[in-house]
Amino acid sequence: MALLKLQFPLQRRVRLAQSLWLLSWLAVLAGAFTFSLGVYLKTELLRRAEVMDNTEIHVVPNILMLVGLITIGINLFAGRVCQDSLDSARFPPWKPFLLPWYGLAWMVCVWLLSAVVLSYALQGHLEESLKVGLRNGIRFYRDTDVPGRCFQKETIDRLQMELRCCGNTNYRDWFEVQWISNRYLDFTSKEVKDRVRSNVDGRYLMDGVPFSCCNPGSPRPCLQNHLTDNAAHYNYEHQSEELNLYIRGCRQALVDYYMGLMNTIGPGILSVISLQMSVLVSLRYLQTSLDGVDPENPEADSEGYILAKGVKETMMDVKNTMFNLLQFGQVEAGDEAEAGEDGEKAATSS
Amino acid sequence: MALMVVKFDLKKRVKLAQFLWLMYWFSVMAGVLVFSMGLFFKIELRKRSEMMDNNESHFVPNLLIAVGLLACGINAMGGKICYDSLDPIKFSRWKPMLKPFLVSCVAFNCLLVLTALLCFLMRIPLQFTLAEGLKNALKFYKDTDTPGRCYMKRTLDQMQIEFRCCGNNNFRDWFEIQWVSNRYLDFSAKEVKDRIGSNVDGKYLMDAVPFSCCNPGSPRPCIQYQVTNNTAHYSYDHHTEDLNIWKRGCRDALISYYGGMMNTIGALVLLVVILEVIVMIGLQYVNTSQCNLANPEDPESESEGWILEKTVKETFTDIMDKMKAMSKGNAVEEGGVEGVATFEVDCWRIGGAIGDEARVKVAEVNQG
Repeated sequence: MALLKLQFPLQRRVRLAQSLWLLSWLAVLAGAFTFSLGVYLKTELLRRAEVMDNTEIHVVPNILMLVGLITIGINLFAGRVCQDSLDSARFPPWKPFLLPWYGLAWMVCVWLLSAVVLSYALQGHLEESLKVGLRNGIRFYRDTDVPGRCFQKETIDRLQMELRCCGNTNYRDWFEVQWISNRYLDFTSKEVKDRVRSNVDGRYLMDGVPFSCCNPGSPRPCLQNHLTDNAAHYNYEHQSEELNLYIRGCRQALVDYYMGLMNTIGPGILSVISLQMSVLVSLRYLQTSLDGVDPENPEADSEGYILAKGVKETMMDVKNTMFNLLQFGQVEAGDEAEAGEDGEKAATSS
Repeated sequence: MALMVVKFDLKKRVKLAQFLWLMYWFSVMAGVLVFSMGLFFKIELRKRSEMMDNNESHFVPNLLIAVGLLACGINAMGGKICYDSLDPIKFSRWKPMLKPFLVSCVAFNCLLVLTALLCFLMRIPLQFTLAEGLKNALKFYKDTDTPGRCYMKRTLDQMQIEFRCCGNNNFRDWFEIQWVSNRYLDFSAKEVKDRIGSNVDGKYLMDAVPFSCCNPGSPRPCIQYQVTNNTAHYSYDHHTEDLNIWKRGCRDALISYYGGMMNTIGALVLLVVILEVIVMIGLQYVNTSQCNLANPEDPESESEGWILEKTVKETFTDIMDKMKAMSKGNAVEEGGVEGVATFEVDCWRIGGAIGDEARVKVAEVNQG
């Protein structure tokens, strides 16, 4: 028993072809939209590539770009097919291509869905990559004279100012790193010598942060040094002071930013998937209804369906076909031998 | 002798009307563009109105908005006229209105040129407004507890970060004002008392700048305090150091930002003027070619089109005579052919003197 059978008089067939043509052009636009979303996401990821350790997350925009281009292609094809569909002379050449087309359209939907799923599943990887990238960024902040790292300071400063964040997890990350280059430290002064000797690695550590951590919304001028020392500043208590510096860590800020982007992109992609599915279903109905048309009476009614038999039976048929194809080589030789024996037995018995 | 006469057959007239209809649609879009530029400019001025002491003049963006809307209206009407010009019945309804319409187009173009000029000149009053506004903004930087001014600090910090500038003319403006609020000064400390005692007004002045003046591109961590004291920092010479804090003053930064915007808008308005002049000339050709059919009953006959019926000089003298006559009153009703009455024959004519054809027709009427 056919799956989702519908009657298609001539008028309905014509309407179906027309609406399919329109739908396929909409789907072309949707494909272009997907491609541009992929490009946008990729550029946003590349902008902050310096604070990311690996490029695993780039698989999402790559899928979107590739699938966008494929979607444009298959929907242009679908538009062309349905333009020819009502002309009984021009439609038959397209028939052999339709089965692979269905396969490709189905794959497009699966890939788009996987892109949406991946964008959420890879959040953990993104966070790890940012953790390592930011840690290195903060470590190399002072190396403004080392080729290859001389712009690290500017990058981190601009990142902190734009995203309103400080440090990796929070501002205390700056206390564990020497972020002032040795070129600007006076090694003859007592203070510098004390600080350098106070830790094993001989680093100049201090409870201070760079200026880019400062919050412009604070009512008092920014306090950058001696942050944990309440006595160093008048009317200051570091446990309750919240407005002086940015509280959020840059890792959290970047993850929130990218997750926000993905959340905006998600519904768009889901609507592209549903559009593509509707094109697929409409084309299947158009194909089956045109196949059912009697050649002598082209204006008669016909039936359209999605699958000729039920889902279970179609799966059995597909399995048998695959089975036969795989065993084609062995079965042929065995059958001939058996047929030969049977023939001899029949000949001897009669 | 008419100015720039062109012969038109039916096909050419149709082509002209179609082309002109398309050009009018471009002009409508250009009008929309001018309108949106005016709106954008107005919003940008509002955004920084605190730096201008809430005193800036919005005349130019308002004019741009009005001119944009007017352009849309005039061009839409012109497009409709072109659309109807090939149908004699519809066009005859428009005929009486065409002369005033073309005159108003000329006036509108003059207004557009004036607008472009104002765009280029607006820089000058803006400079004065900004100088005054920024001076006050710097003074109120510390008043984060005064209602109405508590966001001045944040606004000024964000502006200095965004525009990469420091102070009004340069960073030394910060040395002349107290930008640290008294709430955060320990008046029992000797250092504070010394500084306050060192000047007449009792202000806490220091050679330091806020953090928003810092340049992220500097290779060394930002030096904000004791900026002019070379010995306070290791390996530092404030005369040669120019990467530490921003050198440019915020007034210059804002002027160049708004100046660039205004130059672009002014150039765009001039381009729109050129477009408007082209469509106006085209409409005049459509009008004169439709009016001057060789055989008025046959719509497919040939005709001539021109920009002005006589040369520029004669047209100008005609206009002057007409204006003199109007100011003298109604002394020219009788007389007829030598008079300067405007006479609607088939089509309007520029100037007042009646042409040859009209003279013939008047003679016929007088005889009959």
